[in-house]
Amino acid sequence: MYLKNRLFGATALAMIAATGVSAENLVIATVNNGDMIRMQGLTDDFTEKTGHTVEWVTLEENVLRQRVTTDITTKGGAFDIMTIGMYETPIWGANDWLVALDDLSADYDVDDILPAMRNGLSYDGTLYAAPFYGESSMVMYRTDLMAAAGLEMPESPTWDFIREAAAAMTDRDNDINGICLRGKAGWGEGGAFITVTANSFGARWFDEDWNAQFDQPEWKNALEFFVGMMAESGPPGYATNGFNENLSLFQQGKCGMWIDATVAASFVTNPNDSTVADSVGFALAPNTGLGKNANWLWAWALAIPAGTQKADAAKEFIEWATSKEYIELVAANEGWANVPPGARTSLYANPEYQKVPFAQKTLDSINAADPTNPTVKPVPYVGIQFVAIPEFAGIATEVSQEFSAVYAGQQSIDDALAKAQALTNDAMEAAGYR
Amino acid sequence: MARAVTTRRKILTTAVAWTIGLLIFFPIYWTILTSFKSEAQAINDPPLFFFFDWTLENYSVVQDRSDYMRFLWNSVILAGGSTIIGVLVGVPAAWSMAFVPSKRTKDILLWMLSTKMLPAVGVLYPISLLFVQFGLLDTRIGLIMVLMLINLPIIVWMLYTYFKEIPVDILEAARMDGASLRQEILFVLTPMAVPGIASTMLLNFILAWNEAFWTLNLTAANAGPLTAFIASYSSPEGLFFAKLSAASTMAIAPILILGWFSQKQLVRGLTFGAVK
Repeated sequence: MYLKNRLFGATALAMIAATGVSAENLVIATVNNGDMIRMQGLTDDFTEKTGHTVEWVTLEENVLRQRVTTDITTKGGAFDIMTIGMYETPIWGANDWLVALDDLSADYDVDDILPAMRNGLSYDGTLYAAPFYGESSMVMYRTDLMAAAGLEMPESPTWDFIREAAAAMTDRDNDINGICLRGKAGWGEGGAFITVTANSFGARWFDEDWNAQFDQPEWKNALEFFVGMMAESGPPGYATNGFNENLSLFQQGKCGMWIDATVAASFVTNPNDSTVADSVGFALAPNTGLGKNANWLWAWALAIPAGTQKADAAKEFIEWATSKEYIELVAANEGWANVPPGARTSLYANPEYQKVPFAQKTLDSINAADPTNPTVKPVPYVGIQFVAIPEFAGIATEVSQEFSAVYAGQQSIDDALAKAQALTNDAMEAAGYR
Repeated sequence: MARAVTTRRKILTTAVAWTIGLLIFFPIYWTILTSFKSEAQAINDPPLFFFFDWTLENYSVVQDRSDYMRFLWNSVILAGGSTIIGVLVGVPAAWSMAFVPSKRTKDILLWMLSTKMLPAVGVLYPISLLFVQFGLLDTRIGLIMVLMLINLPIIVWMLYTYFKEIPVDILEAARMDGASLRQEILFVLTPMAVPGIASTMLLNFILAWNEAFWTLNLTAANAGPLTAFIASYSSPEGLFFAKLSAASTMAIAPILILGWFSQKQLVRGLTFGAVK
């Protein structure tokens, strides 16, 4: 152990001497999920290569969002690297709150980043955050229940097929719900799901003049369909179900289908946690034939706040954590099924990764998402399950609360849509959009 | 004359008290139980109450991933520091309100309490800016001051209630014997109010220990206490319930033990002044 430490220190010193950059201690704010925890466990590799050390501040997603937003807007400088998403990146980039990642090394191969991810994490053509992992959403279904129902899942199902299949797979006596979907209030929970569903029904949040569109028939059609299908085939109390609740139900064999984040595929096919690991199939998120599938696009990405004094070392870390070599490092330590997905094109060309059952569907889902053209009708905003404006998080949280009240049977769809219309227009007027 | 209590009434009262006690304790019991399950067992439906494969793996993972002792030490410093400074400020304040009240004393007391009704998030930005300006972000001293200030109304109220119970004649007698103000507070008032001050300190320590808004929003890698330790195991995208439960159990264990040994003082502190 002593010898190992000495060698480790000597290597680090040699690296520092070779690069001429002094060793820094980087403070990184991040979310708690499997991929991020895995990265924390592999940080020694970065320290060994660069001499820089790393301190992690891991927080729950919503706490992290509040924490890093406060820090960056008050120029607190508590963090050298922040884990942020596709929603924050273009807004913060536009405000010059982030260091542009426009001088990454040639070895990094920035062109290898999946185009959808690169676009979503850029502002005005400049990359402001590097994707650590990316996701879309897709259908995960029980192949055994589908076969027993005498149905075959198409590659790209329609909502009508999903509803029919859900009804056929539902077996209340045996506690099997045909479909499990998010109903929980919150813009990133049920709000995200109903937005992409509405997109596929031809709805949009705003018209070209930033007028709310909840008074249009497409939103009503989407909500009526969703509520009707969940009443027929959804789990009881779905109004409070988010990602984790549905994951838990699916892993215990209580859902015929689950439409959610593509990263869930590795959870439901993991035999250590899932009782249905060997009977899960995948398909693209549903559509209504209007040309838009109900899938989102998201990435957890690493960005450098403009206030840091350690931008060079922070860039080195980002290059390490989002590189092809890092993916290989994870594969060597944890297997290909556990590498961070959805960020790099080369990963999906790798024959080893192609053997992972959900790899191709994840890529197809990501490629089917277009944040710059998210809806059937034209919109003045960027973003699929969100609208990339600072006011959206507050507005969408309130709107999703109104919708969750519908799912819980506390108000009618018409009432919820009327309230959503009014509160959205009020907020947009107050913010000066209208 | 004291009212006679029948055996039946005693049994009924005891049964109700135990039921309420167990209901209140159940979430803690469930957290501790879950910490010994695997992640799959933690979400099992129907829930597993006792018969499952008990494991210490979650504690091992949490120990490996986090520096528990650093978080614990920060919690002790923050809760202890804010409590001591709070009492040092609160005793003179409560003394003046109890023994030399002015016309506005009641209003000031109510105003102090009303600050507790302000949603913390409403002053997040001003406080954050102050912290940035004075270089207090992610420092223990900054957090000690904030925790002391947010709990000060409760400290002053509790001490004020205690001091009002102390006969003013005793203080006057001390004054007639030539005691200065400092001597009066230090050597006459304080010894008589030791039980009250102790329970105030205990309650304030627990409140500061559990505070989870400022301790998450004003810390990063250095000053985070056990609340930050727990928050690092919560996730809306991934099942970490067993590990979160292990982290929670480790975080509440010290305060649970402290509360257990000092429950008499705590109850006395909370109910003092309620019955004359």
